[in-house]
Parts: sequence; C-alpha cells; structure tokens
Amino acid sequence: MAPIIQSTQPWVEKYRPKQVKDVAHQEEVVRVLTNTLETGSCPHMLFYGPPGTGKTTTALAIAHQLFGPELYKSRVLELNASDDRGINVVRTKIKDFAAVAVGTNQRKNGYPCPPYKIIVLDEADSMTEDAQNALRRTMETYSKVTRFFFICNYISRIIEPLASRCAKFRFKPLTEEIMSSRILYICKEEGIYLDAEGLSTLSTISQGDLRRAITYLQSAARLFGSSISSKDLISVSGIVPAEVVEALLKACKSGNFDLANKEVNNFIAEGYPVSQMLTQLFEAIVEENDISDEQKARISKKLGEADKCLVDGADEYLQLLGVVSITIQALCNMPEGFAY
Amino acid sequence: MLWVDKYRPKTLDHVMVHSDTAQNLKKLVSEHDCPHLLFYGPSGSGKKTLIMALLRQMFGPGAEKVKVENRAWKVDAGSRSIDLELTTLSSANHIEMTPSDAGFQDRYIVQEIIKEMAKNRPIDTKGKKGFKVLVLNDVDKLSREAQHSLRRTMEKYSAYCRLILCCNSSSRVTEAIRSRCLNVRVNAPSEEQIVDVLQFIGKKEGLQLPSSFAARIAEKSNRNLRRAILSFETCRVQQYPFTDKQTISPMDWEEYVSEIASDIMKEQSPKRLFQVRGKLYELLINCIPPEIILKRLLYELLRKLDAELKHEVCHWAAYYEHRMRLGQKAIFHIEAFVAKFMSVYKSFLIATFG
Repeated sequence: MAPIIQSTQPWVEKYRPKQVKDVAHQEEVVRVLTNTLETGSCPHMLFYGPPGTGKTTTALAIAHQLFGPELYKSRVLELNASDDRGINVVRTKIKDFAAVAVGTNQRKNGYPCPPYKIIVLDEADSMTEDAQNALRRTMETYSKVTRFFFICNYISRIIEPLASRCAKFRFKPLTEEIMSSRILYICKEEGIYLDAEGLSTLSTISQGDLRRAITYLQSAARLFGSSISSKDLISVSGIVPAEVVEALLKACKSGNFDLANKEVNNFIAEGYPVSQMLTQLFEAIVEENDISDEQKARISKKLGEADKCLVDGADEYLQLLGVVSITIQALCNMPEGFAY
Repeated sequence: MLWVDKYRPKTLDHVMVHSDTAQNLKKLVSEHDCPHLLFYGPSGSGKKTLIMALLRQMFGPGAEKVKVENRAWKVDAGSRSIDLELTTLSSANHIEMTPSDAGFQDRYIVQEIIKEMAKNRPIDTKGKKGFKVLVLNDVDKLSREAQHSLRRTMEKYSAYCRLILCCNSSSRVTEAIRSRCLNVRVNAPSEEQIVDVLQFIGKKEGLQLPSSFAARIAEKSNRNLRRAILSFETCRVQQYPFTDKQTISPMDWEEYVSEIASDIMKEQSPKRLFQVRGKLYELLINCIPPEIILKRLLYELLRKLDAELKHEVCHWAAYYEHRMRLGQKAIFHIEAFVAKFMSVYKSFLIATFG
C-alpha cells in the first residue's frame, strides 16, 4: 500500500500570496485594496484579465485579511464554476447568504472585520445570463450587508447591468521579469536547479500565465527530479517541439502532397496533440516573412475551421491533413475552391 | 496465451520500448507521491502496459490479481433515479473501467464511482492511510459534462484517490483536466524498436526470424506494436520456418475497404453507389468504427489518385468525418463521401478525357 505524505499540496496553492501587498504587478488593485484594509469600506468588485494573473489570489487574500481565520467561514461565500450556479442557486443559496445580517464594526484579533459579508463568484463569465440577471436586484437589496466580488476572464460575458454596479479592475499579464523572479524564488525554496535556458523556455510556453508556469515546473520536478532542463519542461507541457513544426511547414512548402501526408502520419504516431499543433502552426505562419498576407489569411481561415471541428470531436488525422492540404494550396498559389 | 499478453512487460524495469518514460515513472512513485496522471498516445503504443506496470510498482504483485465485475449503480438524479451497469476490473487497490461505455449517462458513473472509492478508504497493516487508484480508459470519448464533473471530483477527493486517465487524442480532453494531471505522452514505437521487440520474442520462442521479414512486419504494422506482434504470431501459424518472401496477410476488413475503393474508382453511378452501400453496412455491422472505415477508404483512394485530386478528396473526407461526429447515423455520411467522391472523380474524368 502506498502511503500518503503531506507534501502532496500543489505548489500553486503552496506559494499563493497570502496578503494583498504580495500580489505582483497589479499596482492599481493593490492600492485600492490596501485602502480598503485601512478604512474598511469596499465597493462591489469586478476583476477581469487572462488566467494566471492573480485574480482569485487577490480576492481570497483580501477576504482573509479582512476577517481573519475565525470569521472567514461565516463571512465569505466562495463559488466557482465547479459548483452548481444555475438560477436556482442564485435565488436560494446566494440570496440566503446575502440576506443574513452581521454585527457592527468591531475589530477582532487585529483584523478589521467590517460589517458586511463577501461573496466571491469565481469564473463568473461561465454563469448563464439568467443567473446573472437574477443577481442584479439581490446585489442592490442587500448592499448594506454584502459585497460581491466577480472574477472572470472575459468582461464582455458579464451583462452590462452587473458590470456597471462594480468597480472594475483589469489584471495585466505578468511581465517576464516578474515571472522569472517568482519562479526562481520557488526553485530556491524547493531546491530545484533550473538553468537560464529552462527559465526562458518556461516563460515562453506559459505565455504570461504564472499558474501554468508553476504547474509545469512542479510536474517536471516530479518526473525528472531536481535538475530540470528546457527539454523536460517541453515534454511535460505537451508543447510540440519547434523542429517538428518546422518539418511539417517545410513539407508543406515543398508542395508535395504525399510527402506532407507522410509527415502528418508521423506526427500522429508521435502522439502530439493536434490542437496544440494548430496553435503553433498558426504562430509559425504568422511570423514567416516569405508568405504573403493573402496566403496567411487563407491558411488562418482553415486553421480556425479545423480548430472548431476538433472541438466538436472530429478526427485529428483528417483535420490536420485538411489544414496541410490547404497550406500547400495556398503556398503554391493554387486557385481557391475546387476545380471539380 | 497470445504472445501479445505473454510478452507484455510486467514491471517498469522490463519495459523495452519506452524505457526512459518507465524509469521516470518509477522515480515518480518511489517518492510515495503520485499526482493524477494522463497518458496519451496512438493505439498500440504501450499506454496500458505502462499503466499496469506502474500499478504493480505501486502496490506490488497484488495489483495483478484482478476480478471482473459487472456492477450496477442506482443514481439519484433529482426527480428520477437512473440504473446504470458497467463492467469494471478491480483489485484491492485499484478499479479500472471505461466510463464512456455508459453513453450519455457517463457523468453519473464518474461521480458515483469516485464517491464510492472515497467512502471505502483503504488502510494498510500499519494503520497508515493510503489511496486507491482509479484507471479510466478512453477519457477522450467522455461527454463534456462528464469531463466537467470529473474535474470537480478530482479535486474534492484527491486525498483518497488518484486518477490515471488514458486516451488517444488529448485534444479532446478539456484543458481543465489536462492542467490538473501530469501529462505523459506515449509515442508509437519506431519501426526499428518494433523489429527489436519481434526479435526478442522470436528468440524467446526459439524461432528463426529473418531480419528482412521482421522489418516487413514492422512496416505493415503502421507503428502499432500490438498489431505487429499479432501478425507475427499469425505468420508463425501460417508457415514456419519463415521465408523472406512470405506474405503477411492484411486484416480482412482492410481488404474489404480496398475492394470498395477499387469499386468506386471503376464505375461512378447510382447503381454502384447502391452496391457500395451494402458493403459499408457489412463493415458497420461487424463493428468496425465508422471513422476508421472512412480513414482507410481515404488512404486507399489517395494511393490510386492523381496528385491534383488529392487535395479535394482529403478536404471532403475531413468535412464528412466532422459531420459524422455531429450527426447520428454514420452510414449517411460515409455514403455521402462516396457519392461526393464519385461526382468529383467523374467530372475530373470528363474534363480530362472528354
């Protein structure tokens, strides 16, 4: 029987900043929230921005700092997309929680404990429009005793009436320096050796998403031990190595269908995810200098279609072959549309 | 016992093809800590072998004592209760199943089983708490809802149970699940590796295996190790000692598809289409998956076609395969592809030869 040890906690959780002031790179939000901590007053908030930039971290940190561990359970309600958040939940659970009155402003154990509760709705953009509509009135009616924190990736999916009731904060993607310093800190804490090349690879493949970077780092550390090279990171992240993308592009440029078909077959046998390939192929094609804009547009259109088909569950081989075929046609300037 | 099973490596040390992956996995579980794992790769590349060897590494030989069970669950889903049945393979420490077999009700299976496992938490002789392992096959065939509920349960019960997921295409597994697992890519073995394995088996069986013949088996197998070993055994039954020129019989359904392909190439008419429909039905009722038929058909057609038509044909194959996925009856879409091909080919012939 394999015994469990306590270190199973993901690093993402372990190194999550516990205080608002530790949140990196989001000065604006931090300034407003520090102010909140001093005065105790707080508007409804709406945090939006790409994943892995610290939205949830900030919301949880402020809630912890306001109420402390004792009161946290009774004052904060946290709901994310994995909880059921249909219209019924909004009408019952959220409303019930929002309606409860709380005691007046009294400091407890050094925590401000302002006289309201906080409801954190994580991934709010996945709530249905009906559920969001049902929230409107609830927000206003109980505004004396409850503050709402909405967290989402796409602000356009939050209905206007909700957005206008909140103070909006955009979370910027992290810059490379901030990410590197955070990663290096974790490496030091965990006793991991990561060279400069690995560090730059990590920032490239995680694209400003710190959570993803840390997850990759932990996976690689688990699988390959404490010395991590950039190759190890690529293998755990599921990224297709650059030379494989190049080989496919080269086969396309040759204009020979059979050659490209063989390359596609190889690619499938190697087991790389095709959706990832499409993303990387897209990047490679956009950056390529000797392809005209028109050709790029033609290929990109096909890439979009293929991606949609893959989401629908279509076969990977056939879709990739379709993309490759269009790429060949575009690069060899064959006429658009089919002759027969 | 078939050679495929007889020579399946039992421990991580004996794995021949993905030895470096195996060593890494060994390191992974030696620290008594195992994250959720996601194995992905084409079929016949050794995912299952790695998983079984990994389980043995974790739980000792006990992991191989499995019993097959047909279990039934009663699930309360709001106003009604649903009866579900599924075959599971379980030992003291792990349960293996294919939840996508339950069709559109796979979500309930996923939730019920994990809950059940969390309830019966294993305790070893020293009184230490341990964890169970749940092996789920074909996760890429799970519905969206099932995958979403999986991600929630993965976190909720992560103290008591580890998931090992196994799938062919990781594109179809949602990002949320992929990011919660340690992803292990299992690539198909190269032809040289297949030859090595075949030589190894040949030696163990005391057979003379000419290297050119082994290379031919490997080439025919499409980098699928299981298939290579199976056809090697078939050849052994058909004729021994091996000769260099010995024929390697293709699968009968493949022959059938290539017959269909030559039928379509010969004549393009409604009458021929009707005949082809009968043959397609024949394949379908023999449980050949429709997308495999379509892919094979495309392969056969591409071999015979002129270069200028290839682009168009592969476009339509992708188009109809996608439609097949969205629709219900596969036969319509395969037939539509055949009809489309006939029309394309006929107009090509008219344009070229008048």
